[in-house]
Amino acid sequence: MLMDDLPVLPVLLPLIAAPIAVLLPNGRAAGAWATLIAWLSFYLAMQLTSIVATAGTVEYAMGGWASPLGILYRVDLAGAIVMTLVAGMASVTFPYAMSSSAAEIVPSQSKAFFAMFLICFSGLMGVVATGDAFNVFVFLEISSLSTYTLVALGAKRDRRALTAAFNYLVLGTIGATFFVIGLGLLYQVTGTLNMIDIHEKVQAAEEDYGRVVRAGYAFIMTGLALKLAMFPLHRWLPNAYTFAPSSVTAFLASTSTKVAIYAMLRFLFTVFGFSFGFADVALAVFLILGLVGMFSGSLIAIFRRDVKMILAYSSVAQIGYMLLGISFATVDGVGAALVHVVNHAVMKATLFLAVGAVFFSLGSHRLSAYKGLGKTMPVTTAVIIVGGLSLIGVPLTNGFISKWALVGAAYDSVLAVPSLAIVLMIVASSLLAVAYVGRIVWAMLLEDPVPGVQAKPVPALMMVPMVLMALLCLYLGVNADGLVDLCRQAAEVLLDSGLGYGGVR
Amino acid sequence: MGHLILRVTIKILFAPIILFAFYVQFHGDYGPGGGFQAGVILASAFILHALGFGLATCQKVIPPNWLPAGMALGVLIYAGTGIYTMLFGDNFLDYDVIQPDSHHHAGQHIGIIAVEIGVGLAVACTMLQIFYAFAGREPEPMDDAW
Repeated sequence: MLMDDLPVLPVLLPLIAAPIAVLLPNGRAAGAWATLIAWLSFYLAMQLTSIVATAGTVEYAMGGWASPLGILYRVDLAGAIVMTLVAGMASVTFPYAMSSSAAEIVPSQSKAFFAMFLICFSGLMGVVATGDAFNVFVFLEISSLSTYTLVALGAKRDRRALTAAFNYLVLGTIGATFFVIGLGLLYQVTGTLNMIDIHEKVQAAEEDYGRVVRAGYAFIMTGLALKLAMFPLHRWLPNAYTFAPSSVTAFLASTSTKVAIYAMLRFLFTVFGFSFGFADVALAVFLILGLVGMFSGSLIAIFRRDVKMILAYSSVAQIGYMLLGISFATVDGVGAALVHVVNHAVMKATLFLAVGAVFFSLGSHRLSAYKGLGKTMPVTTAVIIVGGLSLIGVPLTNGFISKWALVGAAYDSVLAVPSLAIVLMIVASSLLAVAYVGRIVWAMLLEDPVPGVQAKPVPALMMVPMVLMALLCLYLGVNADGLVDLCRQAAEVLLDSGLGYGGVR
Repeated sequence: MGHLILRVTIKILFAPIILFAFYVQFHGDYGPGGGFQAGVILASAFILHALGFGLATCQKVIPPNWLPAGMALGVLIYAGTGIYTMLFGDNFLDYDVIQPDSHHHAGQHIGIIAVEIGVGLAVACTMLQIFYAFAGREPEPMDDAW
């Protein structure tokens, strides 16, 4: 019975659990409850992935209303992978948050904190699961609004969290407005909001109302680009990541931009598809901005003195890699982008969880506090080194796998920029990553500890998730075939849907 | 305290506003209206009362710590309806399963009323909570601080 509802259950479960978390007696109970829900959702999402991988795309009509009329939930392989990723990240960051939030959140707000966490989680899952274009907007806003609150809750430790959250709110809302204006234009010319239905009608609409469709396309892409922090639109990201509570940063860095990337893939390929003439322009723009983002993000990261800020700017650079993969518009390219979505989520979660542990022990995430960390906090240091090596893309870590896939895809594609140049740029920007990761590692291993500073021991609830993620980094670097194959298949399904038969063969 | 005319007017208006809120709530599936509008109207009655008679009087009737519970309960009523239809073997929010034998889709009516009650409760509590949060703030710069 309930197995038929699998596409919708991982979205609903956290949504229903959030109000219950508010009603629970204290923050600790709410945290345990949120963790339980995250694990359950993770299990359901894995079930969903295994079903989708064998039996193909699943669909689910909300309220029993049939497809173009009602809201359709539609999960294909790419969606199932991203859903599993989001649920997996939630199930490591929620238990971590139980420990870390005790120090970082005002106690009276900790129930609301976990409720917001659950709502954000549910919103992110919803964006991925839905097959209705307007529903994407609704869930994008559910997740974004709760994210603004979560970032603002960092105000107990640093009041600058409030301005960071407000900046994020203004820019995020502008992004959402652009997105919904674009949807409005599309709805006007096609008369439908169902993604597959839009795809079928948009071609005819383009002949009659070419300008409206192209304007809608531009609005949607710009709105999503703001949400995913594409290079010139990334200004909200570094401050929001730096001043948010550590568990929130780890969760956001590993999920929210990834889900926005997924939404962009969905609109690029499933909704508009290859028959849409304007797509080439967007892909060329993504190629250029992806390359610029890779370098500017890394270059700024090198000169920051705050470790969280370094990692936040490195996220901007890593998003550049994903955009690069998407801009190839080949199965290999999009597959590499999806592999990097998963791998980057894992490595950034590793790093931000470790940075949160240092913040818990020493009360700072400035680079100067990391001096001699190798002696005072050896395990955390090891975790940061593993994460850092992945970020650079050293063999035997998962970062290598995604860069290898990306380089391979770049070689095989015909682009405006010569592919050899792109390959060289990928390698060059990895060298920049060596510089900013190197600064952190240098401070940790080769400098003497600040005398008189006593590191508080890291509790097990924070230690276990962080070590687990570091091990996952290594595992995905050694045994990557499963993930790469899965992402390749997902990319195939995604690109097929752009060819005009909506992915249903 | 306060203005006599305003207070008398508020006393006269208070009950009709609440009545109107319920009208909008329960007439929502036949005409314009529904849970959101009804919730806003219901909350506006209490906000009006608080404006005329002071925040403390209003908080005696509806204590601030009830409101988060009300918001949560509202969402749970909505989602619970969906879960109910799911447990009886249909899709999420497919109300037909509530009254399966009806030719007049009575299940749809019952379902949408249940959902709207949840929406109304959640919206009313949220509106009032926002009002309490703003009205309960200490005025930061004093009047003579300028």
